Amino acid sequence: MAQIFAYIAHKNGVVEDSAAELAVAAKKIDAAAQPTAIVTGSGSTLDSACQGAAKLYAQVWKLDNAALAYPNGEVVRKALAKIVPAGSIVLIPHDTFGMDMAPGLSIKLDAAYAADIVGLDGLSGATLKAVRQEFAGMAHTHVTIDTAKGAVLTLRPGSFQPDGSSASGSVTDKSGDAGDLGAKRRFLQVVEAETGDVDITKADVLVSVGRGIEDAENISIAQELAEAMGAVVSCSRPIVDAKWLEKSRQVGTSGKTVKPKVYMAMGISGSFQHLGGLKGSPFIVAVNKNPKAPIFQVADVGIVENILEFMPALTEKIGG
Amino acid sequence: MDFALIPPASGTFLFIPAWIIYTLIPVVGITLFIYIIVMRLKPMVLAQPDMPMADILANVPARIIQVIKVWLLQWRHPRYMLAGVIHILLFAGFLILGLRSTELMFVGIKTGFSLPGMDGTLGAIYNVIRSYAATWVLVVALMAMYRRLVTKPARYAVPAKYGKPHTAEAVFVLGMICTLVLMEGLFEGSLVAAQEQQGMHAHFLAPFTLAWFFQHILAFANKDTLQFFHSASYFLHDITFFTFLCFLPMGKHFHVITSLFNVFLMRVRRGNIKPVKYGITGEELDNLKSFGVKNLEDFTWRHILHFYSCVDCGRCSDNCPANAVGRPLSPRFISIKGRNLLFATHPLHGERKIEKQPLIGSTYEEDEIWSCTTCGACEQECPVGIEYIDKIVDLRRGMVDEGMVPQSLQKPLSAIGKRGNPWGKMEKKRSEWTKAIEGDVPVKVLEGDKADVLFFVDSITSFDDRMQKIGQATATLLHRAGVDFGILGKDEKDSGHEVRRFGEEMLFQSLREHNTEMIKETGATKIVTADPHALNALKNDYEDLPPVEHISQFLAREVRKGALQFKANGDGQKVYTFHDPCYLGRHNAVYEDPRAVLDAIPGLKRVDMLRCKDRSFCCGGGGLMLFYEPEEEQRMGVLRVKMAAEAGANVIVTACPFCLVNMEDAIKVAGMEGKMEAIDLAELAAQHLE
Amino acid sequence: MEILVCVKRVPDTAENEITIKGDGTDIQRDDLVYSVNEWDNYATEEAIQIRDKVGGAVTVVTVGDSEAEEILRRQMAMGADKGILLADDAFEGSDGRGIASILKAEILKGKYDLILTGAQADDGAAQVGGMLAAMLDWPYASLVNKIEIDGKKLKIGREIEGGNQEMNEIELPCVLSIQTGINEPRYVGIRGIRKVASVEIPSHGAGDLGIAAGSVGAAAARVKRADYFTPVMGKGAEMLEGSMEEKIDKLIELLKAKGGLK
Repeated sequence: MAQIFAYIAHKNGVVEDSAAELAVAAKKIDAAAQPTAIVTGSGSTLDSACQGAAKLYAQVWKLDNAALAYPNGEVVRKALAKIVPAGSIVLIPHDTFGMDMAPGLSIKLDAAYAADIVGLDGLSGATLKAVRQEFAGMAHTHVTIDTAKGAVLTLRPGSFQPDGSSASGSVTDKSGDAGDLGAKRRFLQVVEAETGDVDITKADVLVSVGRGIEDAENISIAQELAEAMGAVVSCSRPIVDAKWLEKSRQVGTSGKTVKPKVYMAMGISGSFQHLGGLKGSPFIVAVNKNPKAPIFQVADVGIVENILEFMPALTEKIGG
Repeated sequence: MDFALIPPASGTFLFIPAWIIYTLIPVVGITLFIYIIVMRLKPMVLAQPDMPMADILANVPARIIQVIKVWLLQWRHPRYMLAGVIHILLFAGFLILGLRSTELMFVGIKTGFSLPGMDGTLGAIYNVIRSYAATWVLVVALMAMYRRLVTKPARYAVPAKYGKPHTAEAVFVLGMICTLVLMEGLFEGSLVAAQEQQGMHAHFLAPFTLAWFFQHILAFANKDTLQFFHSASYFLHDITFFTFLCFLPMGKHFHVITSLFNVFLMRVRRGNIKPVKYGITGEELDNLKSFGVKNLEDFTWRHILHFYSCVDCGRCSDNCPANAVGRPLSPRFISIKGRNLLFATHPLHGERKIEKQPLIGSTYEEDEIWSCTTCGACEQECPVGIEYIDKIVDLRRGMVDEGMVPQSLQKPLSAIGKRGNPWGKMEKKRSEWTKAIEGDVPVKVLEGDKADVLFFVDSITSFDDRMQKIGQATATLLHRAGVDFGILGKDEKDSGHEVRRFGEEMLFQSLREHNTEMIKETGATKIVTADPHALNALKNDYEDLPPVEHISQFLAREVRKGALQFKANGDGQKVYTFHDPCYLGRHNAVYEDPRAVLDAIPGLKRVDMLRCKDRSFCCGGGGLMLFYEPEEEQRMGVLRVKMAAEAGANVIVTACPFCLVNMEDAIKVAGMEGKMEAIDLAELAAQHLE
Repeated sequence: MEILVCVKRVPDTAENEITIKGDGTDIQRDDLVYSVNEWDNYATEEAIQIRDKVGGAVTVVTVGDSEAEEILRRQMAMGADKGILLADDAFEGSDGRGIASILKAEILKGKYDLILTGAQADDGAAQVGGMLAAMLDWPYASLVNKIEIDGKKLKIGREIEGGNQEMNEIELPCVLSIQTGINEPRYVGIRGIRKVASVEIPSHGAGDLGIAAGSVGAAAARVKRADYFTPVMGKGAEMLEGSMEEKIDKLIELLKAKGGLK
């Protein structure tokens, strides 16, 4: 059986949710697998990230190098290509780092590559069956992956629910094996997104609007509802692209990650990029005039109505 | 012959006989004037072709009527009553005094000169009239100055981004006009005063004219004083007259000369759009290197005549809905900025004073040109017949050719190209609205079959949930009137009305070609539509189709015939007002038929808004304008809904799907739900069917 | 700068529902309209803007059948100088790696300073750019939403989580995958497309590119789509029914229970 590795994303010394998700995915591939976590970085934050990974994985490989202090896809790829043995299966979160680093890694390892996997069946021989989505989530597909020469797989965050199992792994320092980490791409800095007048990440209740709002003028309808509920208005990406609300109000992978108690998805179809910005399993209320909107699959409560009629009626009822 | 005072032509100045000076002044003045006019004509000669001579000549009677109405009778002026009356009096004064000024010019050259035929009774009558004319010209010129300097009507203001106001220029010209009539009065008054003093036979001076006042003021002045006033006033008049003449082509007063030609050349047909280039065939169109207006040189000679003719009166912008809601468009500055650029590019002498660069981004801005809804209010209002829509469309053609199309418009445009509707919905779903008609209303989906009448539905009525109801009501009305009708179904594509007006001419032509073929296949002898944009497209943009009419025209006729009867409007609380859609009203002059249909519903209370008929106020624009996201402070529809409320109405009746969608949105935005509602004429008529 | 933009012809799914064929082999394609992949369109616009600033030429390339030629023409109407179609029966069924190796072979025939791809296409894999860069041994950056040219280097921004922008310096030649929003792609009218309608577009097959049959295409693919399917719905939302009034009343009750209303 191929050896399974998981690339651990971490921030400020804390491993991200994906670390536990990858551990679950590894078990789905091979129930008997003893996956190895690979943690790259530098200094004390790396050490604490390794501690975090060791609670999930029996083996943790640590790669400490000043060049890895920031996860530059080019540098990390070079390091991984050196230390991952041929024929391995490497699991990586499908986030903006994974998308950057993983495709090239598959070439360097001469391994198969499958991206943005949302479901996995077990290995059968060298063939792995996985579930993906195409056409912006409108069609699902089964893909078969020939792992004979190894595979690099990126997994959609949130698709594999952690099972709560823990480990007390040992950390092995592999820093010496990484070799030269010079790269032709140099990280400069992160330019933070502009912060607006409100912080949607701190709100308990969000009234979030999507394409269904139709027009800039109708934003006020959502604001009135939010006011009545003591909530804050947030939105999906198209609303920001249309410049109807500021970027700081956008929920999603390219916007803010929010953890409200109640999330009112108003006229939002529910792309995974949008849902990726929802953490901490809030109570989701979805109102959409399209009964087939994907949001109804993830919402707790669904209502098929035109939000332009529904929201004012709800506001009135709450207000009175 | 004895003279009470030495006449101008007989005097001397510094030992030079005055007639020489008074010959030189006109010679120099007229030479300079001709030079300036030639320099002004140069860019027109170099410009792109416009209406060919054959087209102009084909409509001479209509054009003469336009000249009589719009130019001579100043038909459009009283739409702004005070300014209008002032201008009419000024204009009439000019026409009358033109003759006198010509005569006066010769008086300085030859003593005792009188225009042929003007020394008898006719001359005496003319003299009385022109004396009063000079007097009222002074009065209205002073009033105009007062308005410019003290009252300052808002529409004359020039926002800082458009440059400096033209007040100084206006006041200077008004000052010259005052000088001319005052000097003329003084010239004549001083002479008559001297004649009276010397007991000679005096000219008759009409009482209370300028000359009459001067004669009375100077009755006791000595002869030298009178002689001084007489000579000096003539000299000043002569100088001012030619200064005035040469100053006219320098700015907004060029209209004094150009307006006659401009009005003669006004559009005779309405609702249409100029071809991409005059005088070329369809095949040659494909080979054009460039489309539309991108640089100054791409304007036609008539566009340039428009620029020259703008008086900066602000009426267009005052009526422009885009301007009213704070979109970055003010039609008068399309003209004024164009004229400024022309003057800088073609100065009266020397090299061009401005670097050559594309119009968009320098003289005009993208958003400015996309802001226009082509409602036509500006063209309806302009007292000198300046046209804007063709220019806007030509500028858009240029932008489309350069790929400068806002993202919000790119999607619907390419969807129309691929699927024939701006949402990119499937062709086969185009006739789905027919399935939800209440009652037993069969709608033939032709798709190859034949029908007597074709109901051309167009995209928004076919696909939009709300607008489908207009289509359903229209079908019901046609059915109940016993008409054998059908729709094209998936064979229908967008009429392309806005596609053409947004500058995507080639896409429009392919839509036109497709629809024309499909319409002809049905063998229909008549086309009916509920969408004025489709009406205008089929009537004025398409060719060789069976007659097209709007459902309101059809209904009015059926009601007159008694073929359709309405039951009484039961709701006594409702007061209806009809909102004239731009493409039904202004562009196609259908004002009375929809009102007649409303009035045929017994018990229906109807009021008109202040802005109605040809002064109707655009709802916000239809077609692709629904997709465009303009910068604006408020919505046109909101202003319109408030106008309806001011008129005392609580139901706005429209006769256009776009007007309806805009009005319904505006009612929500204005927070007037429950107080105001909107309904389409077809829906209202269907509801009231017996 | 010599820039190559890799583009793909994809079904336009904005307004049209994607339905899966009964046998699951494919989606229903009969009623679909195709166009250039949206991300690739941003990449082409970016390439044209760079060329207009610093000179050079823009070439657009696609791996596809003869129908894919239409998108090359569209991108040429936009302003690309040249189009290349990579078409061969042997290419059919290639996985991401296969596509990347076909592109690599074409790139090695020319001399390019910069390769742009869209960040992703209809299959959502976002893989070809990164694979191609690794095959060429060129540096790579994905999700690029800003490019500044600085001699032999570029300063680029990547769109990362939270709407933040990760700034990098990258040496030429390199491969970048372009994120939407980097620019405002220009409009391509019917006239523009007609103007390039008769331009010759070279088509290169496996032989022209020196690609051994069997090294690409379905046979070589290590990742294969087995089928399309409609997932068994999860529990999904509890759908509130009834009149608007009734729905609102039920919702308010639920919101109160969940702390959404005080």
